[in-house]
Amino acid sequence: MAETIKLTVSRYRPEEESEPTFQTYDVPYNKEWVILDALNYVKDQLDGTLTFRWSCRMGVCGSCGMMVNGTPTLTCAVPLSDYVSSEPIRIEPLQFFPIIRDLVVDMNSFLGKLSSVKPWIIRDDEKPPVEGEYRQTPAELDVYKQFSMCINCMLCYSACPVVGLEPEFTGPAAIALAQRYNLDSRDQGAAERMAVLNEHEGMWGCTFVGECTNVCPKNVDPAGAIQLYKMASATDWFKSVLLPWGSKK
Amino acid sequence: MTKGITPFLWFLFGAGGMISALLFPVHILLIGLAFPLGWLDAPDYESLRSLVIHPITRLYLFVFIFFPLFHWAHRFRYTIYDLFQVKHGAQQPIALLCYGAALLGTIIAAYTLLTIG
Amino acid sequence: MPFWWWLQKRVYFNFILRELTCVFVGVFAVLTLLQIQALANGPDAYAEFINRLRTPGLILFNSVGLAALLLHAVTWFKAVPTTITVRFRETRVPDHVIAGLHYVGWMVVSAVVAWFLWPS
Repeated sequence: MAETIKLTVSRYRPEEESEPTFQTYDVPYNKEWVILDALNYVKDQLDGTLTFRWSCRMGVCGSCGMMVNGTPTLTCAVPLSDYVSSEPIRIEPLQFFPIIRDLVVDMNSFLGKLSSVKPWIIRDDEKPPVEGEYRQTPAELDVYKQFSMCINCMLCYSACPVVGLEPEFTGPAAIALAQRYNLDSRDQGAAERMAVLNEHEGMWGCTFVGECTNVCPKNVDPAGAIQLYKMASATDWFKSVLLPWGSKK
Repeated sequence: MTKGITPFLWFLFGAGGMISALLFPVHILLIGLAFPLGWLDAPDYESLRSLVIHPITRLYLFVFIFFPLFHWAHRFRYTIYDLFQVKHGAQQPIALLCYGAALLGTIIAAYTLLTIG
Repeated sequence: MPFWWWLQKRVYFNFILRELTCVFVGVFAVLTLLQIQALANGPDAYAEFINRLRTPGLILFNSVGLAALLLHAVTWFKAVPTTITVRFRETRVPDHVIAGLHYVGWMVVSAVVAWFLWPS
């Protein structure tokens, strides 16, 4: 069994270099470690200048997503031992995002797309708090629960070639979260979100590659969410043509 | 131009995908391989003709051709976009060519199936 | 994006392969139309069409086309349960049940078509 393991880490220091380069580190091979632990060993013991994001270390905060051997990965959620046979382990920043420094990417484009789909409960009339909460049965929760598990880690954006081809594409996580609110029994904002997403850069750019669903660490199935959205859009289209006098909300 | 009817075009794509998945393999296996290679006896001209001129068969064949043609048009359009990284300005002519070809095929199919017999 | 982006990952390559099955869907729709036209044009035209189907080129094309259509069918039945969700007794019907029903339907429909086409 190897005592050390090699990490080949992408470095980008904009004040020193115009293009990212690779730097290799030898870290102790510890079976209990995840990839993030190895990176933290580098940061603490070998090279304090290495920059990367992390926080919770338990797959909840969604900040430690990186490309590991070319695949978008939540580095706190995968053991080092999974990669021991494919040494050196290549670690790069999430692709299709501008790199700020080393492994840190600029997530502003994602945050803009996320807020564009209005991922919150929209009501036609908000009832006063004294009238109590909006109640929901476990069955009603079950309809959207899967899509609510998203932690905004952006792995799905890095997995999606359509994001690479069409930077304006709203993208998997944002559409899945739009779907999460559409399917919520308390929400009345589906039409507003449809107006945003019924565009080429919205849902129609998606060609169902499906890799977003494969890399999702929380089993959200964004590809499925977009499929449901297309179905809803087609249903809306038939309703508006066949029942033009119907509810025009 | 295709924007307003995109959901409808996607519906045609979906219907055509389902119809071709369910029906095309058995058709290709029999008409394209088993009959020409002599694995099975092929139906003769007269029996096939009397089968095809039946109104229900004509409707079946129209569905068999119309939806899958639009399935091709829609999927091929996006495959071209993805494969050749077609930018916005150049997308419209490709879309028009694809759906236009499918529409032309549909019109020819409708004419053929209405006048046969 | 590099021009050959779809060769860089197995998943992307499989995706392009799946999408390109539509070319065979289109060609077989047209071939069926040509067969109907040959049928409409009388026994001689139809015999010529049938002879052309026996040429090695078309046999090879149909073999590749059958493989493509099988890939299309399998990937299609895998995609349908994510597009159309069915809820029964307050829970979502599992994807494999929906896909399984499609496979059963596929077999039944194929048998019906074969029964009509195959002279007994």
